[in-house]
Amino acid sequence: MKLRVEDLVVSFRNPDGELLPVLGPLSFSVSDNEFACVLGPSGCGKSTLIQVLAGLLPPTSGAAYSDGQVITRPLSGAAIMFQDTNLLPWRTVLDNIALPLEVAGISRADRYRRVRKLLPQLNLEDFERAYPAELSGGMAQRVALGRVIVQKPRAWLLDEPFGALDALTRESLRLELLQLRAGARQTLILVTHDINEAVLLADRVIVLSRRPGAVVADIEIALPRPRAADMIYQREFLLLTKEIRSYIDEQRA
Amino acid sequence: MQSNPDHDNYRSAQKRKLALRRLSPLMTILFLLLLWQWLSDRELVSPILVPPPADVYAAFAAALDDGSLVKHTLVTLGEMLYGLLLGVAIGLVLGYAIAKAPLLEYILSPIIVAFQSTPIVAYAPLLIIWFGTGPTSKIVTTAVIVFFPSLVNAIVGIRSVSPRLRDLMTSLNAGPWRAFRLLELPSALPVILAGLKTSTTLAVIGAVVGEFVSAGSGLGYLVTTARYQFDTPLVIVSVLTMTAIALSLYSLVAYVEWRSLAWQRRSAA
Ligand SMILES: Nc1ncnc2c1ncn2[C@@H]1O[C@H](COP(=O)(O)OP(=O)(O)O)[C@@H](O)[C@H]1O
Ligand SMILES: [Mg+2]
Repeated sequence: MKLRVEDLVVSFRNPDGELLPVLGPLSFSVSDNEFACVLGPSGCGKSTLIQVLAGLLPPTSGAAYSDGQVITRPLSGAAIMFQDTNLLPWRTVLDNIALPLEVAGISRADRYRRVRKLLPQLNLEDFERAYPAELSGGMAQRVALGRVIVQKPRAWLLDEPFGALDALTRESLRLELLQLRAGARQTLILVTHDINEAVLLADRVIVLSRRPGAVVADIEIALPRPRAADMIYQREFLLLTKEIRSYIDEQRA
Repeated sequence: MQSNPDHDNYRSAQKRKLALRRLSPLMTILFLLLLWQWLSDRELVSPILVPPPADVYAAFAAALDDGSLVKHTLVTLGEMLYGLLLGVAIGLVLGYAIAKAPLLEYILSPIIVAFQSTPIVAYAPLLIIWFGTGPTSKIVTTAVIVFFPSLVNAIVGIRSVSPRLRDLMTSLNAGPWRAFRLLELPSALPVILAGLKTSTTLAVIGAVVGEFVSAGSGLGYLVTTARYQFDTPLVIVSVLTMTAIALSLYSLVAYVEWRSLAWQRRSAA
């Protein structure tokens, strides 16, 4: 699925009734099967951008397009992973991952069969009957990821999927994400404020300015795949992160 | 696995504590019964005011024998259950509508506030005038009294559904029915069940107050007639039966709550 935003602007009304711009104007496009990371400082409108792409928030002006069509409501081909895990606390791991299938009216036997096929890849086989509050942060993120994957989406919209985790868990989940995606090719937009994460995962990194977020750089990441955790020590990797950091530092000045 | 004696000691201490906690209410009841027996034996209070336990038991046995206790209990129980069903159903449906359309709250607020701030004993006679002295008026009285907590709990429950989870359902293109069944209902359930527990005890009040005002049967009627005949044992038997009904219904809802909210217990652990 090809995703594109054009002259996108989102403003919120603050309590005094003034219009506060939080995002844009910005334009970029992500082609079919591309993995793009949107990198930007906290509060620059990254979650807002994901919500527009997910069809949950109408833009103030400009528009987002999927395969050339204006996005006005949630698309059936796109799945969103929210910034916090956003799991239903009264549902087990199995039923949380199966939720999209249940909403789609798929029978219980089919739902469970499809989710159980997914559990080993997510390292969750032994936890299908656990409730979200009984899970570690990493496991809860895997459940949220499973809820995206089970939809077999043509576009994944991931809002800081590993943001709240410790460094080690985050590292292993990044590589798991690449493996999970490896089989089927899909378009991915992952939002992050972590430069290493963006370079390690993406085909392309789109750097946003501080609020209201606008595109300040759009960088091709030509590192070979499959990516490995120790790539971060390679010369090309360091050059890329250094270049991206310079764009971000420019912002600060 | 080797068991650690320290842990075993700790565990058996915990068990003893738990057993003591379970037994304590029974001990309290036993103590009260003994105190009652003792007061009667010593004739410290007049048997007209507090008849000895044996007399009460005799009244209980007699009322059970001639079928009158069962008959009156069933009448009150029926009024309560129908009243509960009616009041809770209307309260929940209207509460859901108000939670979804805040304008409704403003339109209906004068009626709701008026109902809520008037004591039930004040409008029970009016309901008797409108609905007759039969069970219908008691059903309506009960429905009116349980309506309000159900309404409020439905409003609170539905309004407190997480907006982020609503976004999730929207992103999955869930229609209103699926959003209700998969998100709103389970999310509001703890509040609604807590309200239902309160409603069961209120239901006894509703039915009995209705019977006090005017009735030809029911436990409230039994109390009134026994009182006129200075049959204090029978009054006590009727009152204890009401207590038993209220406690059983409350426990039933508490059990349903316990069963359906297992996730909360496990999440808290
Ligand atoms: N519903 C809203 N109403 C008003 N302001 C909002 C709303 N949502 C987000 N904001 C503001 O918009 C800015 C961008 O938010 P967000 O997109 O969450 O940023 P990021 O995800 O990049 O940290 C923040 O300053 C935030 O306070
Ligand atoms: Mg965010």
